[in-house]
Amino acid sequence: MRRRDILFALLLGLGIWQALVWITGAPHFILPSPWRVAQAAYKSRVIILDNAWITALEVLLGLLLGSLLGVATAVQLTLFKTAERLMLPILVFTQAVPVFALAPLLTLWFGYGIGSKVVMAVLIIYFPVTSAFHDGLSQTSQGYRDLGASMGATRFQFLRYVQIPNALPSLGTGLRLAAVYAPIGAVIGEWVGASKGLGYLMLLANGRAKTDLMFAALIVLACLTVLLHIAIRKLALRLTKYAEGR
Amino acid sequence: MLDAPRIYLKGQHVIAGDPLFSAELCLPAGRWTCLLGPSGIGKSTILRLILGLETGGDFNGSIQASDDAGLDGRVSFMAQSDLLLPWLSVLDNIVIGAQLRGDTPDYERAKSLLERVGLSGHQNKKPPTLSGGMRQRTALARTLMEDRPVVLLDEPFSALDAGTRADMQELAAEVLHGRTVLLVTHEPAEAARLSHQILVMTAKGIDIWPSPKAEIPRDITAEETLSCQGALLEHLREMTL
Repeated sequence: MRRRDILFALLLGLGIWQALVWITGAPHFILPSPWRVAQAAYKSRVIILDNAWITALEVLLGLLLGSLLGVATAVQLTLFKTAERLMLPILVFTQAVPVFALAPLLTLWFGYGIGSKVVMAVLIIYFPVTSAFHDGLSQTSQGYRDLGASMGATRFQFLRYVQIPNALPSLGTGLRLAAVYAPIGAVIGEWVGASKGLGYLMLLANGRAKTDLMFAALIVLACLTVLLHIAIRKLALRLTKYAEGR
Repeated sequence: MLDAPRIYLKGQHVIAGDPLFSAELCLPAGRWTCLLGPSGIGKSTILRLILGLETGGDFNGSIQASDDAGLDGRVSFMAQSDLLLPWLSVLDNIVIGAQLRGDTPDYERAKSLLERVGLSGHQNKKPPTLSGGMRQRTALARTLMEDRPVVLLDEPFSALDAGTRADMQELAAEVLHGRTVLLVTHEPAEAARLSHQILVMTAKGIDIWPSPKAEIPRDITAEETLSCQGALLEHLREMTL
């Protein structure tokens, strides 16, 4: 995407929004105009930033912990075949439980602070990261396996020098998925029970018919998510480049 | 330097109840043997059996070394695909065997081997930036780094252009001198240049084909080499009819 295209798309989006406001003639507490939202954002900038910081922290911590946990699980599944046989079905089964349904329980267990939101984000990204990385680790070519076997490679060293580097592009794919899911997890956690965060702010604004503030919080959340995507995409690209020797 | 053993293999290989081949062959100590035959006849399987790798079948028979020691840890191999790790530099690829065993790599020796295969000055490059010939040179240096008395080659030069291939044949003959080598190939010219012993594999068994007398690598234009190559090609063509 070129910068000019992005700018154009942005203006187009704002144009359609404004047009909708004019055509429908909706009152500002139903559909506020872009200008009104900008004013609300400026007026409440301190409170928005405070809450955005909390949400960003939840997302980043969740992403970090969830990825570490996913990577560790994938490595352990690859090293121990018994673990793979026993744990994979359990992992797949747990995916049948909608994580959102767990949100009230997590709030009960981990409280109203950021803890329950981080856990929520961890739970939601753990599986995609584990599964993508584990697939990558399992897809080591027969040629490399033969080479390792003929050289008398130990399982651990083979994992370290061949399988893990070879699976980095797959890990990148998992991380990109995680970057999509993590903010969803954090915000849902905030909706269920929180005293801070953009999700909390949106609920609060909605309850008081401050639709313009709600839109402002929503846009800030979207911007944060986009920034996260860009950063993770760059990281994934780096991992792929490394694995391809570029 | 190293005592290369003679290797003797005899037996039958069965895949899911169907016999693939029944074979008997001997690899003379410290010499080059080339194994030719139609695709799918089991040439690579023989190589994998000697290497002790998974073959997807059962082998009923024996593989013995003349010194009665096991072959474990004494055989290295080189395939058509160079199997270089793209994320490692040329130098790190050469010492990968030590890394995989958890030993300390001998970088000095690796550097001298790089020089020997004509790659000095390329040690920090990544494999994707090298030509096919340079990658196979790196793979050859990696094989030499393992310093095993028995070396098995599975069509390692077949993907190279003719000139590069001839260069690589000469280099391999020189640096693998004194080792027991088995080269699986489709190329009669390669067999005529490089073999002390030529073996032709069929479903019925393995036959010895007369090889030229001159020392390897043989002159490509020598009459003896050319006539061996021609007769061998003729023989292989008759087999596929």
